[in-house]
Amino acid sequence: MQSFLRLFGRPTRFFLLLSLFITMTASAVAADNPKPTSQNTLSISGPFEFTSLDPSKNGYIYTRMQVLETLLGVDNQGHMIPELATKWQVSDNGLSWRFKLRKGVVFHDGQPLDANAVVKSLLIAMAKHGTLAKAPISNIHALSEGEVEIQLTRPYTLLGAVLANYANSILSPDSYGRKGNVLAMSGTGPYELFQYAPPHKLVVKQFAGYWGKKASIPFASYLTGHRAESRVLQARSGQADIVFGVDPASIPMLQRLPNVSVFDDALPRTIVLKLNSGYPYLNDVRARQALSLAINRRGIANAVLRSPGSQTEQLLPASFADWHLPNIKSPEQPLVKAQALLASLGWHLNQDGVLERNGKPFELTLITYADRPELITVATALQAQWAKIGVKLKVNMSNSSAIPAGHQDGSLQVALMARNYGFVPDPLGVMLSDYGRTGGDWGAMNWNDESVDRDLAALQSVTDKKVRHQLAQHVAQVIYQDRPVIPVTFYKQHTAVNSRVKGFHFDPFERTFYLNDMVFVAR
Amino acid sequence: MKKIFFPRLFQLLSVIWGVGTLTFILMRALPGDMAYRIAASRYGQDNVSSDAADLVRQELNLDQGAFVAYFSWLKELLQGNLGRSLVSDEPVWQILQHMLGHSLMLASVALLLSFFIAIPLGLLGATFGKKVDQGIVVFSTAVRAMPVFVVGLIFILVFSIHWNWLPVAGFGSPEHIVLPALSLAFTLAAISNRVVRSAAIKAFHAPFYRFAQIKGLSSGRTFLRHGTRHIALPVVAFLGIQLVGMIEGIVMIESLFSWPGIGHGLAHAIFARDIPVIQGAALLMGILFVVLNTLVDLICYRLDPRVRSQG
Repeated sequence: MQSFLRLFGRPTRFFLLLSLFITMTASAVAADNPKPTSQNTLSISGPFEFTSLDPSKNGYIYTRMQVLETLLGVDNQGHMIPELATKWQVSDNGLSWRFKLRKGVVFHDGQPLDANAVVKSLLIAMAKHGTLAKAPISNIHALSEGEVEIQLTRPYTLLGAVLANYANSILSPDSYGRKGNVLAMSGTGPYELFQYAPPHKLVVKQFAGYWGKKASIPFASYLTGHRAESRVLQARSGQADIVFGVDPASIPMLQRLPNVSVFDDALPRTIVLKLNSGYPYLNDVRARQALSLAINRRGIANAVLRSPGSQTEQLLPASFADWHLPNIKSPEQPLVKAQALLASLGWHLNQDGVLERNGKPFELTLITYADRPELITVATALQAQWAKIGVKLKVNMSNSSAIPAGHQDGSLQVALMARNYGFVPDPLGVMLSDYGRTGGDWGAMNWNDESVDRDLAALQSVTDKKVRHQLAQHVAQVIYQDRPVIPVTFYKQHTAVNSRVKGFHFDPFERTFYLNDMVFVAR
Repeated sequence: MKKIFFPRLFQLLSVIWGVGTLTFILMRALPGDMAYRIAASRYGQDNVSSDAADLVRQELNLDQGAFVAYFSWLKELLQGNLGRSLVSDEPVWQILQHMLGHSLMLASVALLLSFFIAIPLGLLGATFGKKVDQGIVVFSTAVRAMPVFVVGLIFILVFSIHWNWLPVAGFGSPEHIVLPALSLAFTLAAISNRVVRSAAIKAFHAPFYRFAQIKGLSSGRTFLRHGTRHIALPVVAFLGIQLVGMIEGIVMIESLFSWPGIGHGLAHAIFARDIPVIQGAALLMGILFVVLNTLVDLICYRLDPRVRSQG
């Protein structure tokens, strides 16, 4: 080396050594701070945008990307499991819940997880829009460094599930500004935030100090792909490793590719028709039953959604045994029965093949929204199917907010929606807000049943499994018979996964992408 | 020079006030409750409810009268404050900076590429016989007749799926800009090559051009000394018009390629009724139009000695 350097003059030698030093230092720094590349990054594409760091607004993206975690988790069957709390205990009167915190957990900013951090996050979540604000909580406080108590004004069995909701994630105390706004996100998950470029791109980096199963893939990126065809092409080209929300029409094409697998996973999300039971044409249960009978659910499931077997007349799938009626059978000759029911209400077909009563046609306006593209095609299928019994349906494409707005101002007649009954991992949360005394923005409208109201109220305090099952079954039965809403199909999540990814599995509650279970395999 | 500058300055001020006021009126005139729209964008489809809408209404003081809201916006604007997004609560200026930076980058690359496509095509059409010209007409008509996102999809199928050379969508590296810029460039060049062709034919048949050839200048020298400037004038003037058309394409292209630009951002802000972002984006685009058209005028002023001698 020295003899080589002697070949050059003193200034040249100085610059050569300096360049060598800079190159070596830069390589060492680069080795310590790797950057995301296509080789070390799991690339995910999905349809939903994010605009905020606030868990109450876009928390779902941060729990799915495993940056944030909650006190309790939930398994695929909907059972509560430990997450940041290892144990929890409910007092005999149901008014106090105590949570023992996991030891050795650190936030991404290096601070340890303690009871004060948990209390701060929960109190901030409670002051914002979300599930915790609706819970009957009187006090949240730290019992010791590792134990938190939540006191209630009345027994509330849903609390565990509510705490598993993304809006109630636990952040480092330094993440918040003075008004409780999130300034810099530090969670406890196996990945930490690396790049935040709303509304399109989020990159996370593996967190070496994670308490549980550490991530093996160094980076993961989420890219919002607004157009379904663009997302499918990303899966096809291999640019995206995982593509969520594949449109049904593209599934056969993706299934033919050697480097892509398509996963179909059932979700506790159901495509449902919300009916205004106070509307003159729909206020008799026979009219609602007739409309339900006229739907060819199998046809929609097979031809429109390409999800054979997803047709349903119930709100929740069989995996939610409490809320699923086991002995429901599809009637024979449904169209004939539908026509008979409508005839019994005084409707008769006019010359144009449209039902008419007192000179007025049976005409309804259905609103739906474009966030989920399959709703548009299902709406047009319903339009054709109801036309067969003489019901004229106008389809109005709008924004999802048109449904709660239409419910409140009374203008809504029919709405088609994809209702998420797993938003809070216990379906009781959504059932309460949808079918309580005054109905709900996303549930019954101008419909009320005292027994349903009574049983839903009782389910909030009853802990006996057998009694809970009976109460939930009764609620499901009344909703099935009275049809304040008409379920059409269960929802299936279609996901395209590249063959270089191993370990993909889907969370039906859409809380996590299980990134730390995935590895890259050599092809 | 002053004749160009001062009317444009007046135009700029009118555009700022006009665009802001118009977007304010149009957004208020839209049917539907603003609070619900904002709540849906803030909290997501699964979590939008009347409670969320009430919270938004209260927090943003949406019940205040239209006049109060308008004058408060105008007052803020005079102080150079564009407000905060109703959805994300980020300062509008910060959001626009991020979006505009990406859009300007995309538009500039697309424009540059469109020159490289349109100028050779136009000159080919003007120089080589009828058959070549007809072929270019068919090609231009076919490209222009297609929606820009179809052009984008064709490029994705060829360059990303078939050859796997370029990414389908995204941003953050130089290769991400190639396909969206190329798609836009092709739709722009589909028309501008015809303008180049007409201008070139006009120049090639002009007496001064023939005279230059007769006096013995080579065809290359004749073109460079007497052709380029005459051809450039209508092409540059046409650019000003084309910039309007580019906005139409940029919304679709940004959406298809997940490019975080102002066109796509504006479309989403309209869905969400995020009025400060809509006003800010429309304002900025208005200003940009005036500035770019002034720039076009100034270039024409430099290129054309006749204009200079007049003013």
